[in-house]
Amino acid sequence: MSTIPAPRPRLSDDLPGGLHDVLATPAPVHVREQVLVDVGLADRMAPIDSPLGTLWVAWNGRGVSEVEQAENGAEAAARHEARTGRRTTIADALPGHLAATIERRLAGETHVRIPLDLRGRTEFEVAVWTKALEIPAGEVRPYGWIAAEIGRPKAVRAVGTALGHNPIPLIVPCHRVVRTDGHIGQYSLGGPQNKRTILAAEGADPEGLEGLARAGIRYVGSDTTRIFCLPTCHDARRVTDRHLQRFHSSGEASDAGYRPCKHCRPLGAVGAA
Amino acid sequence: MDDSELTDRLSRDLDGTFEHLVEAHVDRCFSIALRVLGNPHDAEEVAQDALVRAYRALGGYEPQRIRELRLRAWLATIVVNLCRNRVRRHPVPTTPIEPLVETGREPAASDASDPARIASVAADRERLAGLLATLPDRYRIPVVLRHVDDLSYAELAAVLGRPEGTVKAQVSRGLAMLRAALPANELEELTA
Repeated sequence: MSTIPAPRPRLSDDLPGGLHDVLATPAPVHVREQVLVDVGLADRMAPIDSPLGTLWVAWNGRGVSEVEQAENGAEAAARHEARTGRRTTIADALPGHLAATIERRLAGETHVRIPLDLRGRTEFEVAVWTKALEIPAGEVRPYGWIAAEIGRPKAVRAVGTALGHNPIPLIVPCHRVVRTDGHIGQYSLGGPQNKRTILAAEGADPEGLEGLARAGIRYVGSDTTRIFCLPTCHDARRVTDRHLQRFHSSGEASDAGYRPCKHCRPLGAVGAA
Repeated sequence: MDDSELTDRLSRDLDGTFEHLVEAHVDRCFSIALRVLGNPHDAEEVAQDALVRAYRALGGYEPQRIRELRLRAWLATIVVNLCRNRVRRHPVPTTPIEPLVETGREPAASDASDPARIASVAADRERLAGLLATLPDRYRIPVVLRHVDDLSYAELAAVLGRPEGTVKAQVSRGLAMLRAALPANELEELTA
């Protein structure tokens, strides 16, 4: 008895399923999630250290989308999801480049550009927050300064509201914006005491600022340069006590023959609430 | 949701619909990339990159253009182009040096609990994937699109920008090369 020859192989175009069944392979689950995060339809959240303790930073492929103070990641993610409607997963840490950028920014480097995801926010809010990003660490500006700088000098109260709605506190330094009378003012991330803590950590001396405010001092100048500044301007802080002049108003400074500083542009603060 | 419903909804609400596109097509994108490139790490990156590019492209298209898209062929085109760019940058050896590592789940089978059966499917896959990886690009890519992804010849011609007759010949030549490389009895099991 002879053996029956094996049938011809049937790897043919009539039977494409042979290769599909064996070679089609499901993508790992993290590929889907990464795609949605990359295009900004889902977010991740990770903790960072700050002068206020642990904060939770949310981000996606478009940029940083929120900074939250929360007991834990689950609570932070739940609030972020509720606000944005985007699925949010907890990660161990921020991606390296983003962590490094945030760290440099928090250390006071104002020229470091941090991508921000501000979809759904008004043009006015974005203008206010973008302007706040220009204020260097260790310095403060009045609400009226922001209003004047963005070309809406009468919108001082709206500037305050926009800063109160800042979804990315600390990174967008709304804590560096204070009342025009020099008082520290409100803070969205846990109240005025937190604002003091952060300003002090940045070297802005909140007690000293409030002391000046109580004495009615709005501007300081140098009798050698005859330039006047906002009190925390880095140019003003270099003036020695012997040459430091104090002014209650810009009019007083102008009458004394002083011109406004080109760095802190103190006239933006005039007439603000 | 089928592709015409997907494109219709994408044309009206990209952000609300894109996740459905990902669900429906991510496995295909990954499989094409995996079988063209031969390694799961690169395939993950290409599948991810392709879908992100698709999202950005859709964001710039008029609704009419989105509705008329043939999603399967369009996505396959993006994947194949990304694979080609990557191959140009990091040429893969024509003979795989290391065994192929699989990252995905086993395909569902009625007798999936039988360890012998699972082992045999895995062995078949490795062998076939290894052989496929040795085919030159001009045969491997058409074979992958036709037989792993199940595109029609019309779609294949659109993806590769070649006449249907040419891609048919390339698929058939590629299959003949696989057939010649596989012992007859194994091939019978694979395709029975």
